[in-house]
Amino acid sequence: MPDAIPLQPPALRIENLTVRFRRRNLDVAAVNGVSFSLARGETLTILGESGSGKSVSLKALMGLLPNYARTEGQVWLDGRSVLDMPPAELAKLRGGAISMIFQEPMAALDPVYTIGAQIAETIVQHEGIGRGAAMKRALDLLDHVKIPSAARRLKNYPHELSGGMRQRAMIALALACSPSVLLADEPTTALDVTVQIQILLLLRQLQEELGMAIVFVTHDVGAAAEISDRIAVMYAGRFVETATAREIMRTPKHPYTQGLLSSTVHGGLRGRVLETIQGSPPNLAQLPPGCAFAPRCRYAADICTTGEVPVTIAPTGAMVRCVRAVPVPAQEVPA
Amino acid sequence: MSAFTTSDPRDRGGPAQPLLTVEGLRKHFPVRGGLLNRQVATVQAVDDVSFSVRKGETLGIVGESGCGKSTTARLLMRLIEPDAGDVVFDGDPVGDRHGITVNAMRRQMQMVFQDSYSSLNPRMTMAESIAYAPRMHGVSARESLSRAEDLLAQVGLNPRQYARRYPHELSGGQRQRVNIARALALEPRLVILDEAVSALDKSIEAQVLNLLSELKARFNLTYLFISHDLNVVEYVSDRVLVMYLGRVVETGPVESIYARPRHPYTRALFASKPTLDPDRRTTEMPLTGDPPNPINPPSGCRFRTRCSFAQAVCAELVPPLAAPLDGQDDGGAHLVACHVPAAQEAMALHA
Amino acid sequence: MSQATIDLARRELAPPETAPVQAAPGYWKAVGQRLLRDPVTIIVTLVLLGIIFISIGAPLVSSYDPYVGSVLTRLKPIGTAGHWLGTDETGRDLWTRLCYGGRLSLLAGVLPVTISLMIGGFLGVLAGYAGGLIGTLIMRTMDVFYAFPSILLAIAICGLLGNGLSNSVIALSVVFIPPMVRISETVTTQARQLDFVEAARASGTTTMQIIRYHVLANVLGPILVYATSLISVSIILSAGLSFLGLGVTPPQAEWGLMLNSLRQAIYVQPYVAALPGLMIFITSMCFNLMSDGFRSAMDVRLNK
Repeated sequence: MPDAIPLQPPALRIENLTVRFRRRNLDVAAVNGVSFSLARGETLTILGESGSGKSVSLKALMGLLPNYARTEGQVWLDGRSVLDMPPAELAKLRGGAISMIFQEPMAALDPVYTIGAQIAETIVQHEGIGRGAAMKRALDLLDHVKIPSAARRLKNYPHELSGGMRQRAMIALALACSPSVLLADEPTTALDVTVQIQILLLLRQLQEELGMAIVFVTHDVGAAAEISDRIAVMYAGRFVETATAREIMRTPKHPYTQGLLSSTVHGGLRGRVLETIQGSPPNLAQLPPGCAFAPRCRYAADICTTGEVPVTIAPTGAMVRCVRAVPVPAQEVPA
Repeated sequence: MSAFTTSDPRDRGGPAQPLLTVEGLRKHFPVRGGLLNRQVATVQAVDDVSFSVRKGETLGIVGESGCGKSTTARLLMRLIEPDAGDVVFDGDPVGDRHGITVNAMRRQMQMVFQDSYSSLNPRMTMAESIAYAPRMHGVSARESLSRAEDLLAQVGLNPRQYARRYPHELSGGQRQRVNIARALALEPRLVILDEAVSALDKSIEAQVLNLLSELKARFNLTYLFISHDLNVVEYVSDRVLVMYLGRVVETGPVESIYARPRHPYTRALFASKPTLDPDRRTTEMPLTGDPPNPINPPSGCRFRTRCSFAQAVCAELVPPLAAPLDGQDDGGAHLVACHVPAAQEAMALHA
Repeated sequence: MSQATIDLARRELAPPETAPVQAAPGYWKAVGQRLLRDPVTIIVTLVLLGIIFISIGAPLVSSYDPYVGSVLTRLKPIGTAGHWLGTDETGRDLWTRLCYGGRLSLLAGVLPVTISLMIGGFLGVLAGYAGGLIGTLIMRTMDVFYAFPSILLAIAICGLLGNGLSNSVIALSVVFIPPMVRISETVTTQARQLDFVEAARASGTTTMQIIRYHVLANVLGPILVYATSLISVSIILSAGLSFLGLGVTPPQAEWGLMLNSLRQAIYVQPYVAALPGLMIFITSMCFNLMSDGFRSAMDVRLNK
């Protein structure tokens, strides 16, 4: 998927990322040849349902997968290849140049240390500055993520904060070493609507100020529309469509994207039967041949199940993995 | 949607009588602590909640975590005992000498929970789980099992394939279908759906919502639909109840509530909804901070601490649920709990 | 070939009405299948069965009287002709003594656990399900027993009741009741809060029916696993009591008591003297490993 040729190396570039889980009687390709690149200051949302491989992709980038997972492909962070780094160097990168926020801040924050101590610890480890100076930076960070009376909150334990505050504290922790890439794994899913929008706005604003690239993973079309520059729709381990947020929301090309949007409920649909995608996501261990979406696709034709699905790339850089998008109308199927 | 269609032999008061009327429902949970396990505080989970559900309608209850919507559901099912309040089911006071017993009410009122996995016994097959309640009520094993298979088919699961499966062998959407079948096994008239679609993937959620509206028509059901998802509530409900920190702040027909919200909280809630349009993104926060702790909530109007219209009176008096001060109350159906006419006016204009 | 392939793929998602009945194995059958696939559990279970066999069938597998020795054959080493595991300080055949000793030792291991399982399990499930005043009453009473270290409590009770096997069984039962109550109370409280128990309550079934159908089935597994792991503790504690002279009395054969009396011979025949200890070690370890195996086999979510 070629982007506009960047003057400096992209913040994050991923080529053909594949993750396989191998155990005794299990061999599953959770992520199957994902490629994208992301400039500084840009937000890519990976939109997909559970089991689509969106979270696994993020964990693979952070090297957080269990040891029976095999990761292949190429990952460049600020022009440096990540996956063949020695473990020690990779560990330094984590929480440094690339960091991650999670759905459950309670699980990501250590309950026995104060918020301030945790942020300071990260800074000390990565930058080797004194604890006093690190504490000062921690205070600045809490101010930055708009935690009210930050000086007091610095001395709080995670359980003493409300859900939204905890999420802010986790963002502060992730930003501690000014990462060039922030990975966000469903950070707003567990939050109330009024808090969710606050966190989305905060991330947008922080990005403007700090210029990091964000990979935002979610199943929520609404959150994706609020935060993304580009959206990649993921299904059964593959990107099936990538385009700007506007294109995805207005003119979705892939039948799965269309189905996902039409089954996203809103008030305007009152009294009407929802257009759903029939069936349920496929078992990754027994993917159908050809297009993995074909069994659920209302446009599916013979050609969909017979071979690798061609990828079409528009001049704007939008990508679709569907035979219907191929500009040769020979196989066009009546809707 | 709200039309009461066929006659049900169990119907007593006729279509005009509400199926469920709740009056002054209250539950305060003690918070114990300290050396002698004394009560140190109170969580005012549900405080003076009143509403009614009409026959054949879907009443949506919407609110954020800690607003008391799930506690309300559990109080109605009597899974927890209310501190105060009267529940009247189709004219019969529940648990009253002159009314019906809690168990009799439970046969006509069932509930679907959010967590599709934990609400099924992991050691029972799907058919056993569905057949369980009728079995306990004296239906023979064979008949209850064959009815369970029929219900599986009704919720779109092939009984030949799923009747003898265990919960962990099904996907979330399939399990939730089983939970719906289980709730229908006693042939209830009212089904409480407590965040029943919230944990499902969007494509599955839409399928289950379609199923719910099919079943509603087929079995003549009335729904109490509890959710934090404003879009889903708008889609399914005929009337909506908005709750904040254990109290009802606004209620009315769905069109009226969503088009002209009068309460500052309702308006902020709706404004927090993602826009689904990358060109018209939300630019300012409708509210700051999290909902306050329901332990020791603010006096008077509970929203006043986050409300930009708050005045002195808001701290002193609990605002009663009353017709909007602008006089446009949709025939008495739209009620709002707010002291400040300016706030209501501004809200209505804003929206 | 046209639409057929897609139809075929579609059928994967929604099998037609004619699909054969998919029979999932029953819960306990699935547990059994998983146990059979676990070599460690199979091996330790076989070892335990072997130990039980030689204990019950002691007269069949040994050819001496466990109580009659001879001054001539005192403290023979392992491998002596006629006494392949040697003899003890009064010249009794050690293999015979170990076989017969297994009877009392296993009994002292299993019996207190069974008694405490019944009493403690009942109290715990009651406390967990009823909660409130009854629960508090039961749990606080148990806390009183927790104030004493278990071995001291056992010694105190034995000292009070006098020695003998039945008294040591009583003492150990009392010692095991509090942890059993606590475990049962915890798992019951957890099970009670599960949505499906609430759903059952919401469908208007009685408390007893709920306990029978939902709570017990989900509670029994963890309690039994815990009980199995207690057996090894019980064997060791009862051996300890006998060692101190508070449990079984001589000349009866019991591993703890044998360890005590062979103690004096430790410089003469160290290997022989260690044998009862080895038996205690093997047996208790087998029970422990077996309970681990059961634990993982009973975990529904680990299925497949």
